[in-house]
Amino acid sequence: MTFQPFSAPDYLPRPILAEMQLSRLRTIVSRAWERVPLFRSRLEERGLAPQHIDSLAAISRLPFTVKTDLRDTYPFGLFASPMEEIVRLHASSGTTGKPIVVAYTQEDVDVWTSVMVRSFAVCGLHKGDIIQNAYGYGLFTGGLGAHYGGEGLGATVIPISGGNTDRQIMVMKDFGVTAICCTPSYFLHLVERAAQLDVDLRELPLRAGVFGAEPWTSSMRKRIESLAGITAFDIYGLSEIIGPGVAIECPCQDGLHIFEDHFYPEIVHPETGEVLPDGEEGELVLTTLSKFAMPMIRYRTRDITALIPGQCACGRSLRRMRRIGRRSDDMLIIRGVNVFPSQVEAALLEVEGTLPHYQIILTRAHGLDQMEVQVEVTPETFSDKIGALEALNESIADALEHVLGLHVQVTLVEPHTIQRSEGKAKRVIDRRSQS
Amino acid sequence: MKLHQLSVFSENKPGHVIAPCRLLAREGVDIRALSLADTQRFGILRLIVSDWQRAKSLLEQAGSVVKVTEVLAVEVPDRPGGLAEVLEAFEGTAINIEYMYAFPFVRGEKAVLIFRFDQPDAAIARLQEKGISVLDSGALED
Repeated sequence: MTFQPFSAPDYLPRPILAEMQLSRLRTIVSRAWERVPLFRSRLEERGLAPQHIDSLAAISRLPFTVKTDLRDTYPFGLFASPMEEIVRLHASSGTTGKPIVVAYTQEDVDVWTSVMVRSFAVCGLHKGDIIQNAYGYGLFTGGLGAHYGGEGLGATVIPISGGNTDRQIMVMKDFGVTAICCTPSYFLHLVERAAQLDVDLRELPLRAGVFGAEPWTSSMRKRIESLAGITAFDIYGLSEIIGPGVAIECPCQDGLHIFEDHFYPEIVHPETGEVLPDGEEGELVLTTLSKFAMPMIRYRTRDITALIPGQCACGRSLRRMRRIGRRSDDMLIIRGVNVFPSQVEAALLEVEGTLPHYQIILTRAHGLDQMEVQVEVTPETFSDKIGALEALNESIADALEHVLGLHVQVTLVEPHTIQRSEGKAKRVIDRRSQS
Repeated sequence: MKLHQLSVFSENKPGHVIAPCRLLAREGVDIRALSLADTQRFGILRLIVSDWQRAKSLLEQAGSVVKVTEVLAVEVPDRPGGLAEVLEAFEGTAINIEYMYAFPFVRGEKAVLIFRFDQPDAAIARLQEKGISVLDSGALED
């Protein structure tokens, strides 16, 4: 594989990278201080000013930014650029209706494109590759992020977006697609559908998949790779930081390289916020080092991982994080869709008037996430007529599908059969890693 | 005339129907009639018992959801066409039968069926008009 100049930052000697990071950190902290009132007031409360950031280690003195900060300042409260300089807005789903809005200047879009270009290059893609981009296009960052990255690389991008599996398979076959981007669960679905249509993906030119937007297990990766005859790469990102392209797996498949020249990672204890050393598991905290429109300083991702000590066999100097296995908050990612238990509660409330005891059970069947909601029958909802109970079952399922945009299996269960716990209710049983 | 039927929600799993029956047996409540309506996923256990108020509170204390419904116990001639005669009484009326089940109780030549009507009072009037006898709870005692 020929070395591409845009990949040079992947191999920077660590001292030079650290110098670059510090210089960018100071610029971004000053920018946020000058332009984001929430950030400034938090610094002032702590008696801090930008000049106190005199080393990379000093970042731990800065306050965290959390998801609710974005919601509380909805829609534009954390922007550091005037609208005339903002060229793009994206939004991600929130718990209760209002999404989280993120903004990009042209420079930000260029940085995003550059990290996506580098991501694809790390996966061994190049000019001449035909990339089928099956991430959803729209407010979700996945679609456009991968699109610009693929074009920036000089590859051919097919902006097919998500859904319509039969057409995806036809395009993959007829257009000679060599790489695909989508959620891993959707790809597994695609693989299974292809088998039904007598299309053997192993015989197609397809050789790489860049999969992200939801956690997936190693066993799922093995399955994908053997069924489709491809290498499956894990890509990581989140809208609040930039979108996909924060970190990417290399062919060693031993952790994801973080593009540290743009995103500064820390691992903190999820409860105390204390910074943990490399190798220890905790919550990933990211600081955007070069984002103009919406600098994120010490953003709590809620993703649990660890930074892997030592250099990767691939030779890149960028540090790696372990693949994300779980999140510290209650957001569920089901087939790439963000689902919060609070949305399930809202739907149940709407149908039943009061909130019954319920539990969400997640499993994986045929490669796709399956969501079951068990709902205890209450004296109010119970009827001696089968038809009435079936209608209840159906209206709950409809309300859930309406709110979540996902098909949900609803099961009515006897009262007191869902385990009660002390303190915070255990609303979710996730068995996806067992299948 | 009307009987109080208890309905208990039950998941369609092994052992789920026996629990309420066992409880009532232990507490000396007689089950006079029983029917199980079920789908693949859940079932409804319907009971006519000797003391419905006590049975209801026992079942509720044990954590069940219990619904009380008024049903009618109707005498049906125990011969071919006997049931048809009863059903014909409602042809052309606005009264609907929600469901029915047999009562393991025979009075002479008559079988007894439990009917759940959407309008129990109208149903009683209609049955009496047709000369079909509706039993009251006392008649069901041994």
